[in-house]
Amino acid sequence: MARAVSNRTKVINTAIAGTLGFVMFFPILWIIILSFKTEEDAIRAPLEVLFSAGWTTENFVTVQERSDYFKHFSNSVIIALGSTLLGLVIAIPAAWSMAFVPSKHTKNVLMWMLSTKMMPPVGVLVPIYLIFRDTGMLDSRIGLTIILMLINLPIIIWMLYTYFREIPGEILEAARMDGASLKKEILYVLAPMAVPGIASTILLNIILAWNEAFWTLNLTAAKAAPLTAFIASYSSPEGLFFAKLSAASIMAIAPILIMGWFSQKQLVRGLTFGAVK
Amino acid sequence: MGQITLKQVRKSFGDVHVIPGVDLDINDGEFVVFVGPSGCGKSTLLRLIAGLEDTTSGIIAIDGKDATALPPAKRGLAMVFQSYALYPHMTVRKNIAFPLKMAGMTPAEQEKRVERAASVLDLTSYLDRRPGQLSGGQRQRVAIGRAIVREPAAFLFDEPLSNLDAALRVGMRQEIAELHQSLKTTMVYVTHDQVEAMTMADKIVVLNAGRIEQVGSPLELYRSPVNLFVAGFIGSPRMNFIDGAEAAKHGAATIGIRPEHVNIIAAGPWTGTVGLAEHLGSDTFLKVTVDGIGILNVRANGEVGHHHGDRVALAPQADKIHRFNRDGRSIT
Repeated sequence: MARAVSNRTKVINTAIAGTLGFVMFFPILWIIILSFKTEEDAIRAPLEVLFSAGWTTENFVTVQERSDYFKHFSNSVIIALGSTLLGLVIAIPAAWSMAFVPSKHTKNVLMWMLSTKMMPPVGVLVPIYLIFRDTGMLDSRIGLTIILMLINLPIIIWMLYTYFREIPGEILEAARMDGASLKKEILYVLAPMAVPGIASTILLNIILAWNEAFWTLNLTAAKAAPLTAFIASYSSPEGLFFAKLSAASIMAIAPILIMGWFSQKQLVRGLTFGAVK
Repeated sequence: MGQITLKQVRKSFGDVHVIPGVDLDINDGEFVVFVGPSGCGKSTLLRLIAGLEDTTSGIIAIDGKDATALPPAKRGLAMVFQSYALYPHMTVRKNIAFPLKMAGMTPAEQEKRVERAASVLDLTSYLDRRPGQLSGGQRQRVAIGRAIVREPAAFLFDEPLSNLDAALRVGMRQEIAELHQSLKTTMVYVTHDQVEAMTMADKIVVLNAGRIEQVGSPLELYRSPVNLFVAGFIGSPRMNFIDGAEAAKHGAATIGIRPEHVNIIAAGPWTGTVGLAEHLGSDTFLKVTVDGIGILNVRANGEVGHHHGDRVALAPQADKIHRFNRDGRSIT
C-alpha cells in the first residue's frame, strides 16, 4: 500500500519546499532586478529599489563597451570545454580499469585522489604560480585548461567510476562471448550504456570549470581572462557599481544556466533499467 | 563439432584453490550438467571453459585444439547467463543480431538468421521491443536466441533458470531440452538444482569443493552413487542415512535407503511413529521416528491413510540398500 499522505501534510511540505526554493533563488532574482536599474537606484534600500520607477538596459550596453564580453566569453568556453574533454580522455580509461579490473589498491588510489580535493588551493598557489611563470603559461588559455582539468580530475574519475560500477559485468562478458573485441565492447556496449553518466559528468565539470574563480583570477591578467575575471573587474577599489556588477554577473552565468536547463532531461534518463533482473 | 576436454585444469584466486585439478571429457552433442552445492566451483569451471576466467594451469581443448589461452570470442562457444545479460539499449532484434554483427555477417544474412531464431523461440512479435519491456521468461528466450544464431560449437548455460518462477522454470526446462534434441549441439549446463540435472542431462558431473565426485548418466548416479555426498545430493527427497548397529548388520559403517525404497507393511523389522504426513494425492511423504534408528523419510505411491501420531511398520527393499564404509565410499 502506498503511504497515505494527508492534505495538510502536503500543503505544509509544499510551503516549506516553496520557501526554501525562493530563498535559494532570491540572490539570483535580486541580481536580475539590479541589473535593470540605474546605479543610483541600485544602492537604495531594498524596498525602494523594487518600487523605483527607472528600468533600464543601459548597464548591459556599458558593460559590453567597457570590457569586451565576447572575448571573456570565448575564453570561458575554451577553458571549460577544453579542460572537460582533456579530463575525459584521462578519466574514462582510469575509471574503466578501476571499475572492471580492480586491484587491491583501487580503493586507496580513489581515496588518495579525493584527498587532493581536501587541500585548500591557496596552499599550492606559490609553487603553481612559479611553475606557470617559468614555463610561460601565465595568462595563457592552455595553462588554465590544464590547471582546471587537474583540479577537477578526481571528481570526474570518481563520477565515472561510480557510473561504470553500475553497469553489470555480465553484460560486458556477454559481449566478449559474442565475439566483441575490447574496442567494440567499449564502443557498442559500455559507452551507450554509460551515456547518461558521461553526460552528467561532462555537464558538472563544465559548470565547475566555468565558475572556478581562484585559479582563473590568480593566473590570468588580460589575454586569457574568462568571465570570472570579467565579473571581478566590476568590484574595484574605486567603488562598487552594483548595477553593472549585476549585469556582468547575469551575462556570465546566463550561458551555463541555459545549458543546464536544456540538458537536465538528458541527464536523468536511465538506460540500464531492465538489463538484469 | 563440440568436443571439450579438460586436462588437470586448476584455478586459484590468490591462495584459494577453487578448482584443485579437474579432468573431464565432454563428447560432441552431449548434454552435460554440472551440479553441486553453492560454492562448489561449478560456475568457475564453466567460466574457465568459456574463457572468462584464466586457467591457473592445465589444458582446455575444444575439438582437439588447445584453447587454454584463447580469448572467449575465439573459442566458438555461446553462453547464456543467469542474469540474461541482455544489452538494455538495443532492441531484441539487435540483441540477437549482435554476435552476427561482430562476426562481420551481411545485414541480409543477419536478418534471415534473426527471423529464424525468433520463430523457433516464439519471439517474432517482440523483435522491436527493448529488454526492459519483456517478462523474465521472454528475456531468457532472447538470451537463448542470441546464443543459437551464431551456431556455436557448444552452448554454456550458467544457472539460466534460477531467476524464473517455478511454473516458468519447468516450461523453460523442457524448451531447452527440446532445443538440444533438435540442434544436437553440445550443451554444458550449470545448476544447483538436482531435479534440473536429472531431467535434462545425458551426463551429470557432481562437484563438491572444486572436485569431481562422480560422472555418469542420471540413473547411474541414482542407482550407484560412489559415496555419501553423491548419494545425498542426487534424488529427491534425500536418501536416508543410518549408522550404528543397524548399519553394522549389513557390514557397513553407514547404510543409505531412499524414501521411495522403504515400504509400509503390516508388520516389519522397523516400527515407528509418524511425525509429519504430507498428502499430495499422487504421493504421500511421511516423516517417521523409527525406534532405535531415528528419523526416516518415507515416500509411498498414491494416498496412504496414515496421519500424525500413527504407529507404522516399515521394511527397506533389501536390494536397494546402499552400503558405505568408514570413509564414506560405497561398498560394492
